[in-house]
Amino acid sequence: MRIVCPFCGERELGEFTYLGDAKPVRPAADAGEDAVYDYVYLRDNIAGMMSENWYHGGGCRAWLKVTRNTLTHEISAVEPAAGAGAAKVGA
Amino acid sequence: MAGVQTNRLDSGGLIDRSAPLNFRFDGKSFSGFQGDTLASALVANGVKLVGRSFKYHRPRGILTAGSEEPNALVELRTGARREPNTKATTAELYEGLEAASQNRWPSLRHDVMSVNQLFAPIFVAGFYYKTFMWPAKFWEAIYEPAIRRAAGLGRAAGVADPDHYDKAWAHCDVLIAGSGPAGLAAALAAGRSGARVILCEEDFTLGGRLLSDGGMIDGLPAAEWLVRTQAELAAMPDVRIMTRTTLFGVYDGGTYGALERVNDHLPSAPEHQVRQRLWRVVAKRCVVAAGALERPIVFAGNDTPGVMMASAMRTYVGRYAAVPAKRVALFTNNEDGWRTVETTLAAGLQIAAVIDARPDVSPAHRSLASKNGFTVLHGSVSGVDGGKDGVRKIAVSLTGGARAEVEADGLAVSGGWNPAVGLTSYHRGRPKWRDDIAAFVPDGAPPGMVAAGAANGDFGLGACLSQGFAAGAAAAHDTGHGGEAGTAPVADDEAFALTPLWHVAGKGKAFVDYQHDVTASDIELAQREGFESVEHLKRYTTLGMATDQGKTSNVAGLAIMAAVSGRSIPETGTTIYRPPYVPVAIGAFAGHHRDETFHATRLTPSHHWAAEQGAVFVDTGLWKRAQWYPRAGEKDWLESVTREVTAVRGGVGFCDVSTLGKIDVHGPDAGAFLDRVYINTFSNLAVGKARYGLMLREDGIVYDDGTTSRLAEDHYFLTTTTAKAGLVMQHLEFCRQVLFPELDVQLTSVSDQWAQFSIAGPKTRDLLKEIVDPAEDLSNEGFPFMAAREVALRGGIRARLFRISFSGEMAFEISVPARYGEAMARNLMLAGKQFGVTPYGTEALGVMRVEKGHIAGPELSGTTTAADLGLGKMMSTKKDFIGRVMAGREALVAPDRQVVVGIRPTDRARRLRSGAHIIPKGQTPGPGNDQGYVTSVCFSPTSDQWIGLALVEHGRERIGEIVHAHDPIRGEDYDVELCNPVFYDPDGGRQRG
Ligand SMILES: [Zn+2]
Repeated sequence: MRIVCPFCGERELGEFTYLGDAKPVRPAADAGEDAVYDYVYLRDNIAGMMSENWYHGGGCRAWLKVTRNTLTHEISAVEPAAGAGAAKVGA
Repeated sequence: MAGVQTNRLDSGGLIDRSAPLNFRFDGKSFSGFQGDTLASALVANGVKLVGRSFKYHRPRGILTAGSEEPNALVELRTGARREPNTKATTAELYEGLEAASQNRWPSLRHDVMSVNQLFAPIFVAGFYYKTFMWPAKFWEAIYEPAIRRAAGLGRAAGVADPDHYDKAWAHCDVLIAGSGPAGLAAALAAGRSGARVILCEEDFTLGGRLLSDGGMIDGLPAAEWLVRTQAELAAMPDVRIMTRTTLFGVYDGGTYGALERVNDHLPSAPEHQVRQRLWRVVAKRCVVAAGALERPIVFAGNDTPGVMMASAMRTYVGRYAAVPAKRVALFTNNEDGWRTVETTLAAGLQIAAVIDARPDVSPAHRSLASKNGFTVLHGSVSGVDGGKDGVRKIAVSLTGGARAEVEADGLAVSGGWNPAVGLTSYHRGRPKWRDDIAAFVPDGAPPGMVAAGAANGDFGLGACLSQGFAAGAAAAHDTGHGGEAGTAPVADDEAFALTPLWHVAGKGKAFVDYQHDVTASDIELAQREGFESVEHLKRYTTLGMATDQGKTSNVAGLAIMAAVSGRSIPETGTTIYRPPYVPVAIGAFAGHHRDETFHATRLTPSHHWAAEQGAVFVDTGLWKRAQWYPRAGEKDWLESVTREVTAVRGGVGFCDVSTLGKIDVHGPDAGAFLDRVYINTFSNLAVGKARYGLMLREDGIVYDDGTTSRLAEDHYFLTTTTAKAGLVMQHLEFCRQVLFPELDVQLTSVSDQWAQFSIAGPKTRDLLKEIVDPAEDLSNEGFPFMAAREVALRGGIRARLFRISFSGEMAFEISVPARYGEAMARNLMLAGKQFGVTPYGTEALGVMRVEKGHIAGPELSGTTTAADLGLGKMMSTKKDFIGRVMAGREALVAPDRQVVVGIRPTDRARRLRSGAHIIPKGQTPGPGNDQGYVTSVCFSPTSDQWIGLALVEHGRERIGEIVHAHDPIRGEDYDVELCNPVFYDPDGGRQRG
């Protein structure tokens, strides 16, 4: 498998680390226990299109949001995480 | 000495008669020529018997001339280079080659295990499952070793492989598999268009079937066209031709696996060269021009030496000028098989008869037969009379029921051709059935791949050239190359007309899978027993599961199953195709990742100095760390370690702690960021101060710990444990980039940039004064406990100095740029000589941390909470942080959790060992009363006995209680007292002094 890192270009799988479903959003500090349980333990594992977190540890160390078909390994989109790179959100 | 090559033609072929090569097979000397394979050289020497079959030890000869060979498997080379199951048909001949037949004892001609044939009824389909079921313990002791001796393949060398293997990447626009007419035409078109092309050919020379079958291309004989084409390709700088290279796998994203047999054609690889190289090729497009494999017809005695594929016979006669048989019969169900007649006659050999299973034979063939004095029989071969010396007579069932006999010493068989659909099917593709050629052809292919020519089911020379050319041109165009490709090479298409025939009923064993000795009746039996699904059929009979992966047998097996189960072949379906296409040595996959280069080795900055000191090193992840520094006269590690601890506690010592993970945290929000990743607060840490920090996972379990210092308002220096250095960096980047992108903070890994030493003991300050610029104030007031700041060293180097202590002594850690690490170690020794400075290793470090009750890896086990470790009070209640909510789960705050306590044996002389279970005193150990376990132990010089840390239920409320330590693995039982985990200087006066 090959992933096109927005910073480094097309690189092979061995440079990346997988972390799974990118959809869950960390709840706010006052969101309550149930929201945190869901965030920590409920993960989609779809046979089809998934939005996933991948880490380019063998390259620029950016976290990427990769849209991948888990049946074919076809990757249709790669975006940097909101805080990847030097630019700050809202800055 | 080698004799005359009895079965070599005087002229013709692509062998070099001026370069004779001597070789040995089963100890007997022979000679061949440069350009031979081992198989062609054996043929040229009249050797028909080359092996014994897997289960029945039947005599076997050479069936094919390529990598699909199921029979002619040999042990090639000797000693450490002996390689079993090597196909004689692809092994290139070299001077001095030594090969041995397999699976026979005491000799190939007199194999006692051939009595297995008499017991054939027990070797039927599923015999492993049926015969060796009971009793279970007999399997390992008796059945398996006996089966392995009797039914096996070659023997592995049994010693380490002395050769080197390499791994490499290659990138191109267009990858082409195969250099037959389709592959060469594809390369011409893509190359002329300007694309970057890689062409892989498993043979040692280009041409594919052109080398054996010839033909006319663009008005030239194939051999001349081949020379011209190779010259044109060689002149193209962006076309790379890789011979001896098999494309064996297709992976995601246009990545392909290829094995280059760099030096397998030599006795051994030249010095500094590899034997084989594993390529990972990244290609935008791939043209599969891998050709097709001729398939056998299943009939009784079809494994007799001398029965050979018709196309293989053409190859031996045409390409190698080697004569498999002098009086040849042909059994065919298609027009292509007749080409063997032409080749055989052209070489001056005799045709005994052609047995054609089709209803009609063309007038041209009839006149060929009458002109050359052989008969054409309409019917099928129903039996073969022969044995280890080859074919003698062939029994024929004629259409209409009569019988005939043909005297011949060789039988060429053609059952049609199967396109090589492996590569196109490796992404779970299912090939589709084509009735006109009675074969499976690719039905789609992985993205970017297309099949052309025979691999696509179009066998004519003209079709191969035009399809290959079109595929090459399209692939170049798709990858943005629009150069002038010119026109496709032109040739006529040969006739193929085929009437399917898979199996001829008859008496005697009719083999489908030669290598695994699977017969037609095994398939029929499997069907009767309910194993009709092809995946069940395969596993129950082991059809297609040998090293040849059923290249010559799978489709015939399916066809027979289809016939007996009353289904069509496409309804019966194919099994899933999986790489590799040919066997690939594990050594090639490993490459240089073996022995001391199995993984990368990280050396600490002071490594070479420590090695000079005679340090004993321990592997810690990828690191080599000095474990202790033995001195002359010390009898064991314990004596050395005890000396090191005593020296530190009584004077001063130092230890390289550079393996800790180090991260610079910069930015206006650095403090806020650290507050969210640690359970305690860092935003309120004063500049110039250090603080111990603890991180949790989001599920509330402790993740890592370390000291973090604030060097400036917007700059923290964070340390991690050695083990988690990389993972913590990844975790913090996740927090920064994904969870908290709004924070203005940047992380820089500086683990390799700083050499860090711990300097510990009451004389630490004396030693430091010799190193640090005299202007720096190192007094307890000027540099108090937990102070951290940059200082100048004598000579001007800038260093980071931290007054932190892992040992419990008055201690500092000092960081210098890594390139000064070794000099720092030497300087500490020099400047510390007057104070009796002692370098200490990780063992002494560990002893002092246990004496001090500090937690480390064994306690940070991925199951403990902050409270379990006695650090619950660090958890801030004023802020959110990773793991905060889940750390409050009921089970994580339960009062009976196992928490860290100290232990010491009631018998002061007893040694402790970690892993022992803690049981209440007086109770019989069992899972019901297991209250915890010993995590860390050491011999404590300061306590003068073994001490340890343990995780024990209600531990902190049980200080002073005597409990039982039960160690079933080492068979030890003894009592220990639960105690305060801080054995040494519990009020911390020494580290503050
Ligand atoms: Zn990157």
